[in-house]
Amino acid sequence: MSAAALDATADGTNVALTATGAWTVERAAELERIVDAAARRYQAAPSIDIDLAKLERLDTFGAWLIERLKRTLIAAGATARIVGLSDSDRGLIEELRLVNQVAAQRHARPNPAVAALDSVGRAVAEMGWSLVLIAHLLGALTMAALRTITHPTRLRLTSIVHHLERVGWRAVPIILLSTFVIGAILAQQGIFRFRSFGADIYVVDMVSVLVLREVGVLIVCVMVAGRSGSAYTAELGAMKMREEIDALRTMGLDPIEVLVLPRVIALVIAVPLLTFLGSMAALYGAGLVCWLYGGMAPEIFLERLREAIWLPTFEVGMIKAPFMALTIGLVACVEGFEVDGSAASLGQRTTASVVKSIFLVIALDGMFAMFFAGIGM
Amino acid sequence: MASNAAVISVRDLVVGFGDVTVLDHASLDVFEGEVLGFVGGSGAGKSVLMRAIIGLLPRRQGTIQVFGTDPAHADENQRRSIEQRWGVLFQQGALFSSLTALQNVQFPMREYLQLSPRLMDEIAVAKLEMVGLGTDVRGKFPAELSGGMVKRVALARALALDPDIVFLDEPTSGLDPIGAAEFDQLIRTLQRTLGLSVFMVTHDLDSLHAVCDRIAVLSEGKVIAAGSIETMLASEHPWLKSYFHGNRGRQITHRIHH
Repeated sequence: MSAAALDATADGTNVALTATGAWTVERAAELERIVDAAARRYQAAPSIDIDLAKLERLDTFGAWLIERLKRTLIAAGATARIVGLSDSDRGLIEELRLVNQVAAQRHARPNPAVAALDSVGRAVAEMGWSLVLIAHLLGALTMAALRTITHPTRLRLTSIVHHLERVGWRAVPIILLSTFVIGAILAQQGIFRFRSFGADIYVVDMVSVLVLREVGVLIVCVMVAGRSGSAYTAELGAMKMREEIDALRTMGLDPIEVLVLPRVIALVIAVPLLTFLGSMAALYGAGLVCWLYGGMAPEIFLERLREAIWLPTFEVGMIKAPFMALTIGLVACVEGFEVDGSAASLGQRTTASVVKSIFLVIALDGMFAMFFAGIGM
Repeated sequence: MASNAAVISVRDLVVGFGDVTVLDHASLDVFEGEVLGFVGGSGAGKSVLMRAIIGLLPRRQGTIQVFGTDPAHADENQRRSIEQRWGVLFQQGALFSSLTALQNVQFPMREYLQLSPRLMDEIAVAKLEMVGLGTDVRGKFPAELSGGMVKRVALARALALDPDIVFLDEPTSGLDPIGAAEFDQLIRTLQRTLGLSVFMVTHDLDSLHAVCDRIAVLSEGKVIAAGSIETMLASEHPWLKSYFHGNRGRQITHRIHH
């Protein structure tokens, strides 16, 4: 296969361009340069023949470039025509004569400042919109819950138990491990700082109040959002992509009742239980570190613990748990239903589900802190 | 039309999953410039054979030669050059959902060729127009396209690098009869203008009749027959008889004879 080329012979005002070699995809970049150079050079020529008789091979890329050359020359005012067309190439050249009458639009890059403002604006609007969607789903979920209360047979017990196993039971080891480590770290840091004041014993106050009121439930919620919220979003999103949700709807079933309610109920049951287990594990870790690192006997730790906390300390953490579970469940399901046809949107929505639910859990925690301070708990 | 050089030749291919042997010493040739229709019952392993040829499934035994080389034993460069010479239209289109129709067609060009953005746009538009899609489709994402449009965009993408052979996995499934007939016509036209070899897995008797030069039949893990549609109709093999002379087959036969 010889290299592709475009040889020119001028005969008075008439220019003959002879294409030789293989005008194919492998040489497309080189051919484009040749064609552009020829177009620039001969744009003033009044009459141009493009001779294809000596071509070895021609494919769409070559044929289009020849067509483009012809169009450029004609646009510059010349009479250009294609000659020497073999029968095998005729169909292709004919086909390409019809295409590209309307050029593809390249979107101009917007001003970066405007683009930045645009994306900030969109993000804010999207956040607001997702709050609206959460409220919407909360309403639909309440209606579904009320319906199942009036018709208890419609409650999907099997589904709830299945999801409880996934989000609750199977999460126990990792929750225990991470809260245990967090408790141990808090205690270690506390002992290290408090010792300089000779106030080692107050470590127990700090750790127990922190764990039971705030850290236990927050750690559990972050874990659950990452572990189960993301799974909910991905599942519902994939179901939406494969039209499974539409199928449910056409069978007269309410996707909220069938898909969302069991998942959210499972979370609302599982998260308080996990919070309890997590808090205990954290206290256990703290006690162990106090004993081994701080030299505080377990009896003293327990004695101090009894004085440091009272029932409301524990209640504050536990009361928050179901509300946070509800938030995580709602955000996860809203994001799942927002998935559209593309694989990328599934990924985006799963990320958004985790990020938004963690953020909302923290925001909710802040509101609870104000509320409990207000009522003196 | 069909010259004698085989672009694909499969010999004694054995492919299985676990205990199940799907292809049991299957042999098949695809010749240059022909449209080969590949038929067989549902679950007979038509797609498995196609996937084994394009290297998506491992084989247990046998040889597959594509353009004279076995992709499984070729080095990286040889395999890449083979992959540039074939295009595949998957059953569901398999368009990249995060790219627009135009970007989907440009994707193989972007990967394999160093082209100017202008030429890439022009070629991609040309391909989309050659498969009969208008200007409005270019900027759309796969989720916004109808089933027929997805197939057309996928065909345009399969043709992006001007391959020598295209594999079509049930190209007309899910299309209405008019859409399917148009698609058949399109495949025929493109095959003639671009000088393609086509390997078409299909169930559509109309397609077989309208576009295929030759038909190969897969049954019980083997290619039991290969030849023109007339040979198939004349065959005494029980499966072939029920396939081509069943209720739906009879209509086609009827049309051929009248």
